[in-house]
Amino acid sequence: MRDTVIKTLIEEAKANKDIELITGDLGFGVLKPFYEQLPNQFTNAGIAEQSMTGIAAGMALSGKTVFTYSIGNFPTLRCVEQIRNDCAYMKANVKIICVGGGFVYGSLGMSHQATDDIAIIRALPGVTVVCPGDPTEAAEAVTGIINTPGTVYLRLGRGGEKKIHEKIENFQIGKALKIREPKAEAGKKVAIFSTGAILEEATTAAQMLEEAGIGVEQYSFHTVKPIDRDVIAACAAKYDYIVTVEEHNILGGFASAVSEVITDLGEKVKLIKIGIPDEYCTAVGNQNYLRGLYGMQAAQIAARVKEEVK
Amino acid sequence: MTGEQLAWKIRRHGVEMTHLSGGSHLASILSVADIMGKLYADVLRVDPKNPKDENRDRFILSKGHAGASVYAALAESGFFPVEELKTHYQNASRLSGHVSHHVPGVDLSTGSLGHGLPVATGMAYAGLKNHKDYKVYVVLGDGECDEGSVWEAAMFAAHNDLKNLTAIVDHNMMQSMDFCEKTVALGNFEKKWEAFGWNVVSINGNDHAELDMAFNKQFDNEKPKVIIANTKKGYGIPFMEFDILWHYRFPHDGWEYDLAVNELHKIKPAGVEDPYTPNGIENPAPVPPGADIYNDHTTSATWHPNWKN
Repeated sequence: MRDTVIKTLIEEAKANKDIELITGDLGFGVLKPFYEQLPNQFTNAGIAEQSMTGIAAGMALSGKTVFTYSIGNFPTLRCVEQIRNDCAYMKANVKIICVGGGFVYGSLGMSHQATDDIAIIRALPGVTVVCPGDPTEAAEAVTGIINTPGTVYLRLGRGGEKKIHEKIENFQIGKALKIREPKAEAGKKVAIFSTGAILEEATTAAQMLEEAGIGVEQYSFHTVKPIDRDVIAACAAKYDYIVTVEEHNILGGFASAVSEVITDLGEKVKLIKIGIPDEYCTAVGNQNYLRGLYGMQAAQIAARVKEEVK
Repeated sequence: MTGEQLAWKIRRHGVEMTHLSGGSHLASILSVADIMGKLYADVLRVDPKNPKDENRDRFILSKGHAGASVYAALAESGFFPVEELKTHYQNASRLSGHVSHHVPGVDLSTGSLGHGLPVATGMAYAGLKNHKDYKVYVVLGDGECDEGSVWEAAMFAAHNDLKNLTAIVDHNMMQSMDFCEKTVALGNFEKKWEAFGWNVVSINGNDHAELDMAFNKQFDNEKPKVIIANTKKGYGIPFMEFDILWHYRFPHDGWEYDLAVNELHKIKPAGVEDPYTPNGIENPAPVPPGADIYNDHTTSATWHPNWKN
C-alpha cells in the first residue's frame, strides 16, 4: 500500500504545486518516483523527526500542504509534541505518513513496532486518524486527507497487501466501508470491525465464520478519528456482539474508540477486542508470526468469535 | 582474540546472519566492525559470567541497526553460544534486527536513533554520583547526529564533566539515502563537538593502531571524549563500500554471497577461523552481466531540484 500511496500522491502533487513531501531520511526506493518527477516538492530533513515536523508546520503555515514521511514510531511518537503544538493546535495542513503500522517491522525489534501510535495520536484534539485497510482504501485516503483541513495521521502497512476492494464508490473520511452483510439464514450474527491492514485477516475470519453458520456484518474502519458513530450505533442495536480487530494495543486505540461510542449510546452489546494486550512485545519474528502470538490471524479470530458466541 | 581478529569475525558473522535471515544494514555492520572488535577485545571491562556486574563498563550501540555486530561480539566473547547467531531475525529468536536488552551483555535496547548518547550520559552521571569507577562507551552513527537529542546530551555531558563517558561516532559518511554531506551536511564535525565542550580525537576508524591510540589517549581535563572514527560504509567488501543499496540488501545466494565471503577471505588476519566456509567459496558464482554492482543508488544520483536556481 505504500507504493499506491506514493503513486496517488504524485498525481495529486502534479496537480497542486503546493503539495510537498518531506522525509525523515527514509523511503529508499519508495520515494524515488516522487523526487524524480517532482524534485522541487521533495525535501529530506535528515534523521531529525522533531525538526521535520516543525519544518512541515512552518511550511504549512506558509501556504503549503505538507506530507511528512517516515516509518514505525518515528513520524509520530518521536515528535508528538511538535504534532500537538505546532501542527494540530495551529490547524496546520500537515499530513503524517507512517509506513509500518503494527508488526510490519516485527523482526527489527521493539523500536520498530508501531503498536501504541493510534492511541497516542488519537488523543490529540484536531488530528484526523486514518488507517486504510487495503491499497484501494489507501489510494482513496490520500485524496481524502488532502481535502481534509488540518493535521492528519495516515497509518499504513507496507507493500504487498491484498486488495480487498476492487474499487470504492464514494469514499469519505470518517465513514466506514461495508465489506459484507450477514446471510439471512444465519443463526447467530455478529458485527466485525477492523482498522488498518489487518483487514485481510478480518475478512478471511468473516468468511470462515459464515462457513460455520455465523452471520457477519463486516466493516473496514479506515478512519479511527472521527469514528463512524452511525455504523457503530446501527450494529450495537442489531447484534449482541461487536468484534474489533486492530494491529495495535487494545488499550486506547480502535477498540477504545468503538467502546466510547457504545457507552455513550447505552447499548447493551458485548465488545470482543482483538489486538495486542497492554504489553511490549519482546518476541522476535515476522508480521505473520507476531500476529499469531496474539491471536490475530484469521483462523484465530474466527475461533475466538465462535468461542464467545457459542 | 585481538581486536582485528574479532572485527573480522564480526564481519563474517554479519554476512552469514544477514544472508540466512534476509536482514538489513550489512554495510553498517561492516563499517562499525573494527570499533566493535576493539571495544570487546581490549577496552570494555565486562564479564560474560557476570553480565550484570554493577562495576562493569557500560556499552550502548546507539546505531541499533548494526545490531548483528554487537551480537557477534558478545557471542565471540562468551556471553551466549555462537551457534545462536544463526537465529538472527528469525521467528522466536532473541536476536532482533536492532539491539535487544533481552540478550545477555546488552545494556540498552536501541533502534530509534538519538537515544543512546542521552542514556549513556545518564549512566555516566550516576556512576560519578555513586563513586563508581566504571566507564561508559556509546557508539553513534554519523547520520544519527542529525537528531537534536544527541546535541542536548552532548551539552549536558560536557557541562557535568563526565570524564567517564566516551562516545565513538562511526563516521561512515553515509546515512539512509545518500552521503551525509548531501543529506544534511555535518560540516566541520570535529569543531562541532569541540564547541560542545568535548575532547575530540579524529582517526581512521577501520585502522586498529589508530583505534588503540584513540581509546588510550588521555586529556588533562574532566570533559567527556568523542572519537570521530572515520570509516567506510561497507568496509571490507569492496562492492558494498559506499553503495547505499547495502544498507538494505542482504547477500543473496549466488554471486552476492560468494563474492562477499571471498572478499572477506582476502583480508582475513592470521590466526582466525571462518566458522562457516573455512577456505572461502571454492567455485564462486560469477557476477552475471547486468548485475546491480558498483551502481550509484543515492538519492542525489537522480534527484535534481532547481528551486535554488
